[in-house]
Amino acid sequence: MRHQKIAFVIMAALFALAPLVVYPVFVMKVMCFALFACAFNLLIGYGGLLSFGHAMFLGTAGYAAAHAAKVWGFAPEFAILFGTGAAALLGIVTGLLAIRRQGIYFAMITLALAQMIYFYYLQAGFTGGEDGIQAVPRGTLFGFIDLSSIWAMYYTVLVIFLGGFLVIYRVIHSPFGQVLKAIRENEPRAISLGYDTTRYKLLAFVLSATLAGLAGATKSLVFQLASLTDVHWTMSGEVVLMTLLGGLGTIFGPVVGALIIISMENYLAQLGAWVTVVQGVIFVICVLTFRRGVIGELANVLKKPL
Amino acid sequence: MRAPFRTTAMDSIFGVPVQALFGQLLIGLINGSFYALLSLGLAVIFGLLNIINFTHGAQYMLGAFCAYFLLNKLGLGYWWSLLIAPIAVATTGVIIERTMLKPLYKLDHLYGLLLTFGLALIIQGLFRNEYGSSGLPYPIPKELSGGHNLGFMFLPTYRAWVIVASLAVCLATWFMIEKTRLGAYLRAATENPQLVQAFGINVPRMITLTYGFGVGLAALAGVMAGPIYQVSPQMGADLIIVVFAVVVIGGMGSIMGSIVTGFGLGVVEGLTKVFYPEASNTVIFIIMAIVLLIKPAGLFGTQR
Repeated sequence: MRHQKIAFVIMAALFALAPLVVYPVFVMKVMCFALFACAFNLLIGYGGLLSFGHAMFLGTAGYAAAHAAKVWGFAPEFAILFGTGAAALLGIVTGLLAIRRQGIYFAMITLALAQMIYFYYLQAGFTGGEDGIQAVPRGTLFGFIDLSSIWAMYYTVLVIFLGGFLVIYRVIHSPFGQVLKAIRENEPRAISLGYDTTRYKLLAFVLSATLAGLAGATKSLVFQLASLTDVHWTMSGEVVLMTLLGGLGTIFGPVVGALIIISMENYLAQLGAWVTVVQGVIFVICVLTFRRGVIGELANVLKKPL
Repeated sequence: MRAPFRTTAMDSIFGVPVQALFGQLLIGLINGSFYALLSLGLAVIFGLLNIINFTHGAQYMLGAFCAYFLLNKLGLGYWWSLLIAPIAVATTGVIIERTMLKPLYKLDHLYGLLLTFGLALIIQGLFRNEYGSSGLPYPIPKELSGGHNLGFMFLPTYRAWVIVASLAVCLATWFMIEKTRLGAYLRAATENPQLVQAFGINVPRMITLTYGFGVGLAALAGVMAGPIYQVSPQMGADLIIVVFAVVVIGGMGSIMGSIVTGFGLGVVEGLTKVFYPEASNTVIFIIMAIVLLIKPAGLFGTQR
């Protein structure tokens, strides 16, 4: 565990100092997606459940937080809390449905449920349809930290990201996380040992949804925008790609994956649909020859779990 | 049957004009034809390969584009396309299976899903680069242009053809799988590939051809869809998600199940458009949620 703690300190230091050399808005985007990917990884990497609809939690929390901040005038801490809560609620409802099937079916069901949510937001009035919710006020955190300052916003996002990351870290290393791994490896045996696997899976699903929601709510305040992009299935595919590239079931993999994919999108943005092609190629390469991912390979070389 | 519809008293049912009702019913049946063809292909592939072919929507699109190229580059019309496009796209499917899917069979089935998702992104991205997002027109073949006035509604010949043709293809596939010797091998290999192989049947080749066949069905659907929906790079992307929901509702267990569910859900969607248009995009997903609550294995499926 010690090297994981050292790695965490290095990661925290890198993110704390990054805005000195890199555009802070870019790093904030990376942190939001890194948290999103870590939340997703909790489900696939430790629970063995591939959700292909995680964008619904990111997007729902984004819309809820943006609406609360803009229309109801919530303070940012309550807007984020409200968005996260909305994602958690959606996680309970969709989780109850999706965990009734496993494997490939689970992936198809989550994808279909997310598409249903997408169509709902496309038609619902409060989301602003194709325009999204724009000009979301960032507000004043706890009544005295003005988030319109880029630095205040940056370190708020950093704290949220590191906090979310630590929650996931703690969950993975808890007895609950061990039971999850047992279910992933051999569900019938976990059942025979007396574990109510359905409840464990549901709890993992809701936790993952909640943390994805935290990422989405934060993201909507950072960019002052909640839009359909965050609910679309391409976003669900992107988070799968980030986690796969970084390393399924590794603690730091999703962060690295998010960094790579977001950087790539940033630099290839003017190339339009080529981004999709490149993403597809990375998918194919990862599945065929690079299934451990960046951090998985690194951990294999160092012979230490990362 | 026709006469009552001509009278003014019967011009509407539940406050909905008869014309609109039958019009949407027809659109529902058309959509249902494509749902059935696509979910049938997915079910056939899933049965033997145990993977969900996420590329299915892209291959449907490839079928439509293949027909478009045949017409505009080689001057070969619709009927030739119906034959050539499925074979051409199936050939690319066979290559994909041999080079990329085969090494994945010993791994978790989810890797097959991820690989085919990546392939779909590549294919759709490449076509979007080349042809943008707008649709290209594909004319209705002249043998099938025009229509019939049925008294209560106007039935375009091409649309009637799509429904009849896809029903025929679905039933032929059902017959082949359930009633012929080849189908018996296929079903046996689905149950126990090792044993079937031990009997001297080339199971790896059967798997390859099955994937090719499923992909060919998608391409065939694409050719038929061209004159109705236009040919566009994104035509299969959203459709495939609906088809996934159709597959979850029907359950993968039965071939007839996917045909019935495909047509049935198309009709339900069409009727929703008449009575409650706001829900027409989501009704299939809502039905999926209800079916999952009542019968998690799907209407015709068996849990495995």
